[in-house]
Amino acid sequence: MNTTSHRGRIWVLTDPSGKLIEDIDTDQIFHNAHLHITEIAEMGPYALGNLEGWKDFPKKAKPGDIIAAGRNFGAGSSRQQAVDCFIALQVGALLAPSFSSIYFRNAVNSGFPILRCGELDSLVAGKKLESGDEVEVDFLSGRGLHLTKKRAFTVEPMSAVQRDIFRQGNLFAFGRSFSR
Amino acid sequence: MGKTVIEKIIQSHTTDEVAPGKIVWMDLDIRSARDFGGPNVVKSYEREYAGLPLADKTKTFFTFDLCAPACTLKYADNQQVCRDFARKNGVEVFDVDSGVGTHVLMEEGLARANGTVVGTDSHMNILGALGVFGQGMGDVDITFAFRTGRTWFEVPDSVKVVLKGTFSKPTSAKDLTLYLLKVLGTKKIALRSAEFTGPAVAGLSLAGRLTLCSMVTEMAGIIGFIPECGPEARREIERYSKTAFSPWAADADAGYAEAIEVDVSSLPPQVAAPPSPTNVRPAAELRGTKIDSGFIGSCTNGRFEDFVEAARLLKGRKVKKGIMLKIVPATRRVYEELLVQGILQELFEAGAIVVNPGCGGCAEGHVGLTGKGEVQISTGNRNFAGKQGKGQTYLASPAVVAASCVLGQIAGPEDL
Repeated sequence: MNTTSHRGRIWVLTDPSGKLIEDIDTDQIFHNAHLHITEIAEMGPYALGNLEGWKDFPKKAKPGDIIAAGRNFGAGSSRQQAVDCFIALQVGALLAPSFSSIYFRNAVNSGFPILRCGELDSLVAGKKLESGDEVEVDFLSGRGLHLTKKRAFTVEPMSAVQRDIFRQGNLFAFGRSFSR
Repeated sequence: MGKTVIEKIIQSHTTDEVAPGKIVWMDLDIRSARDFGGPNVVKSYEREYAGLPLADKTKTFFTFDLCAPACTLKYADNQQVCRDFARKNGVEVFDVDSGVGTHVLMEEGLARANGTVVGTDSHMNILGALGVFGQGMGDVDITFAFRTGRTWFEVPDSVKVVLKGTFSKPTSAKDLTLYLLKVLGTKKIALRSAEFTGPAVAGLSLAGRLTLCSMVTEMAGIIGFIPECGPEARREIERYSKTAFSPWAADADAGYAEAIEVDVSSLPPQVAAPPSPTNVRPAAELRGTKIDSGFIGSCTNGRFEDFVEAARLLKGRKVKKGIMLKIVPATRRVYEELLVQGILQELFEAGAIVVNPGCGGCAEGHVGLTGKGEVQISTGNRNFAGKQGKGQTYLASPAVVAASCVLGQIAGPEDL
């Protein structure tokens, strides 16, 4: 069973001007040139491989790191690989003000902690959250703690379905646990 | 309170109470997977549900449209993985000869008004054009759907998009769609179900309805519906479904999160410049931009009338020397109709390259890719950086693409 809070180093996906990048689409996250890959373990090296300024992310990321991105993250294709590539890198959580619907479902169904955080834009704009900072997020209460800058923030807690799928590990395990 | 279109469709597929924001478990009438996503579904199914039957093989399909026929060894392998699974489980495959999966499901009468259809295609919501709740999903979702026939879904808010005024040729459904992308962006209908109303959409042909509904994905919407339907579109839909077309309309007292009015009167042709489908300007402002290639096809503009419009403009003219115009009909049936009616010959004689049905350059497996420095004008739906290669892709209507390919630069039909 997955634990319902996570602490890790955060990567804030910003452009050269320091602004959170919005509308990051699945071809920037996991390019269609690699769609033929079906093994999750092989997907890590392609994560963010077509996102200007972040192509070296797989080399920089360490297991447990957290990603923060701009609104409408995961726009575009339905490819599960755009979630699985982060699972392959053992990313600990993904935060954004909003996600594309399909992307959000894919993450939920894979038991990957994906959380909406409405405060992200103002936190990043005010330099109150920067790459390299240490943060802790509780998925159920929505409580966020910024350990480096010693302040609190909030994320939208997991919904009941998201929580139940997450606790079981993924949609398949959840389906087996569930008698309707 | 009454219900919106999506609320009615979901309610007819669940025993849970349907209201915006509620998560319900709903039945899926059709579940499908493509040659992309499909092999992942097979792999997951065999890992998670080894030896267990599909919920209903007659409601389960594979549609190969991405790399058709396979032109890489990886895709050849992946397609065969799906075929083997399909044969073992008695599932029908619309193979690499068929065309774009969503269009095939429509033509085969499988996607029917007020039904629910899912697949590994983010443009599955194009089926809103038929009053179907279509939804693209990832391979975990689809694997689960193959096995159980159900999924969870958060009922979205609905928004009404009221279009004021009408437009006329050469402005087309694609220009309307691009203009809506400009006005609505990726925020106004994000994560919502849109209902488009007004004379500008009520009279759209089926091809036009498909064009508009396909790009709701690029508006970040869940789906778009067009409850009103003119006689021409109705006839064509019924030709495929072989049943009366009766899509549900919202109740008079249905609740909408918002109503948005957009004036589309006297709309001129539009073009989306790279790097985003929402980066839209009147085509006239981009006139003179040199191009290297053109593409007509995709789920957004791959219907018979899209090619007829291009052929009409190309008649008696030639694609400019050095410009490569690629023609990709959406389906085999569209291809056949173009062949029988002599349209393919007209396009060929004008200098176009005509290839077999499929998705075109939206994924790497078909034609419509660009090299570094190449400028392409395309009837597709996405022009994100790097999507179709390192070149620059402009999105436009078939008429604008055809005119641009004659002149070698972005142009409208009026420039010919």
